[in-house]
Amino acid sequence: MTNNVTTRTALILGGTSAIAEAVARLFAAEGMRLLLVGRSAGRLQAIASDLTARGASSVEIETVDLVAETAIHAVFDRLVAKLGGRVDYALICHGYLGDQPLAERDQVEAGRILSANFSSAALWALTAAGHLRRQGHGSLVVLGSVAGDRGRRANFVYGAAKAGIATLCEGIAHEFAATGPKAVIVKIGPTDTPMTDGFDKRGVLWSKPEKVASIIRRAADGKSPVVYAPGFWRWIMMIIKAIPAPIFNRMSF
Amino acid sequence: MSAFHKTEAIKSWGRVQSGYHWAAVPHWRDEIPSLLDEKTQSQATVLATGKGRSYGDSSLNVSGRIVSMTRLNRLIAFDPVTGLLRAEAGLSLADLIAFSVPRGFYPPVVPGTSHVTLGGMVANDVHGKNHHAAGTIGRWVTAIELVRSDGSHVCLTPTEHADLFSATIGGLGLTGVMTEIEIRLRPIQSAEMVVEDVPFGDLGAFFELARESDGSWEYTVAWIDCVSTGRKLGRGIFTRARHAADGGFDAGSVTSRLSMPVDLPRWVFNSSSIKLFNELYWRKKANRRGPRRQCLAKVLFPLDSIGHWNRMYGSDGMYQYQCVVPPECGRDVVRELLLQASAAGEGSFLAVLKTFGGLLSPGLLSFPMEGVTLALDLPNRGTRTLALMGRLDGVVSEAGGRLYPAKDGRMSSAMFKPGYPHWEKFAAHVDPAFSSCFWRRVMA
Repeated sequence: MTNNVTTRTALILGGTSAIAEAVARLFAAEGMRLLLVGRSAGRLQAIASDLTARGASSVEIETVDLVAETAIHAVFDRLVAKLGGRVDYALICHGYLGDQPLAERDQVEAGRILSANFSSAALWALTAAGHLRRQGHGSLVVLGSVAGDRGRRANFVYGAAKAGIATLCEGIAHEFAATGPKAVIVKIGPTDTPMTDGFDKRGVLWSKPEKVASIIRRAADGKSPVVYAPGFWRWIMMIIKAIPAPIFNRMSF
Repeated sequence: MSAFHKTEAIKSWGRVQSGYHWAAVPHWRDEIPSLLDEKTQSQATVLATGKGRSYGDSSLNVSGRIVSMTRLNRLIAFDPVTGLLRAEAGLSLADLIAFSVPRGFYPPVVPGTSHVTLGGMVANDVHGKNHHAAGTIGRWVTAIELVRSDGSHVCLTPTEHADLFSATIGGLGLTGVMTEIEIRLRPIQSAEMVVEDVPFGDLGAFFELARESDGSWEYTVAWIDCVSTGRKLGRGIFTRARHAADGGFDAGSVTSRLSMPVDLPRWVFNSSSIKLFNELYWRKKANRRGPRRQCLAKVLFPLDSIGHWNRMYGSDGMYQYQCVVPPECGRDVVRELLLQASAAGEGSFLAVLKTFGGLLSPGLLSFPMEGVTLALDLPNRGTRTLALMGRLDGVVSEAGGRLYPAKDGRMSSAMFKPGYPHWEKFAAHVDPAFSSCFWRRVMA
């Protein structure tokens, strides 16, 4: 139930991501005050209407190109002000899967993947962490990927960026330890979203955004700094990381 | 990457018809116009699809394009005072109900499963067990946003673009892509229903019960034991229900706890097993007396508790034969249909009988009309089953009845056109880029 003393607030960067939208629906059902940030005003508005109907106490949108933006501190302060100065949950959800074979030839594509998933995500995460530290409470949630746990040929540029953001987020969590705020990286397995359209999605390893969202929602209030979504990926990745290189190199996934 | 990708064979719910498609799965309403643009997409015809619960081929467009709408599942506006809801057309009924019940509202009309989209409900102008009280869903639709292949967006209401509105209600998705739908929900006082099962011995008793119950029970439906012959012909269980007046809004889950993991082998369904099932079902229900309370989902979506129940009919699949015939001859026609079915040894696992009230359906191709509707689930036994349905067609058309396109995968043009006298008026509203397997067949 919503506590009626104060309405909790959530800042969602990359608000049009399918997983972010599914998490936002859970926040809305709890009656939170929401601010969605992304590039497309029209699409953010479509989500905002939905969240309003579902019970969010208020939903605002702000168009920012999160990857291109350079005045990150100034923009972040403006976003915080829109939420009345308090951020209980800050979610970093923007990302770009990209085209791995192209990225191996084309620096522009490689740069796009690295900046969307690492540099930009890292700068926003650091800025958000700074705010949570000053505020003395709040939860930073960063969307990572199981692809970051071990480089493999199908997506290692994306994987490397996700490994970097995971390490950064773990570091923030370490810094936050024993203080008020918390940080968590959620390492997400393959999920049926527009980002992965074009993949063969049959099989038990594919998850629905709603399932992943419910894990993210719990992780936002949980204690663990690293959460896998769904949880079974923790064990799969443990095995994959343990496979010796001579065997791993003969595998084609 | 092209917006459309080639799929594996897609089967409809009855699992008889199937074939590959070129599918697009948009996530945003703003993607729809470009998906319909013939200049940038292929020349193949297109059809919007929902959850694939149509039994036959009305939701298939084999080797053509489909636009799967299920990701367009956002609410757009909800008025908690009036219950007016506007949503994207891909919103599932299960999600709609999960949203509306705790707020004290319920869809005015629901079909027999919650695994349908709002768009699918409107495209088939679905009816429910409360047809005698509420009519079809189309009567409760206040606005539709339709995108056509020429790039136009049209807002349809019962008064604006009324012709296209009445073509789109029950229009099997052929008039364009519905992106937004606004409907009026009805208030409820409880997430529970008061339900009563009343056994009846023959068809005469069924019509008597229907007459007696329609005034005071909002939902009525009957299961018929269609294996028993002679004196027991037409015996069954009449179920009547209404929304409870109190009891809170804990929605009651419609998630399935059981699932059919594999196809049952075809020998499971033979005349003895069907006979046994019908006898056991009769004995279980016939001994229960008096009203009881049950959650909405259990009463209205009994089969949703078994995931993939269509696999019970094995890999050959099943047909559902659902017809409606006018009231005057209802009793005789239903008797004749049941006799034909049991004489063919194609006794059905599930036979459902319901009277339709006189409330007019707003769609040009709406199925319900005043009278009585019979639905028979028939395991697919190839030519034998087709021959039986051919004989049933004769009885239905003789009586001035018609078949439900949402359930149909084989009716001929000669069966369709007389049953739907407005078909020519409807055809004029079909978007030239749109088609379906069903439409090509009945127009042939």
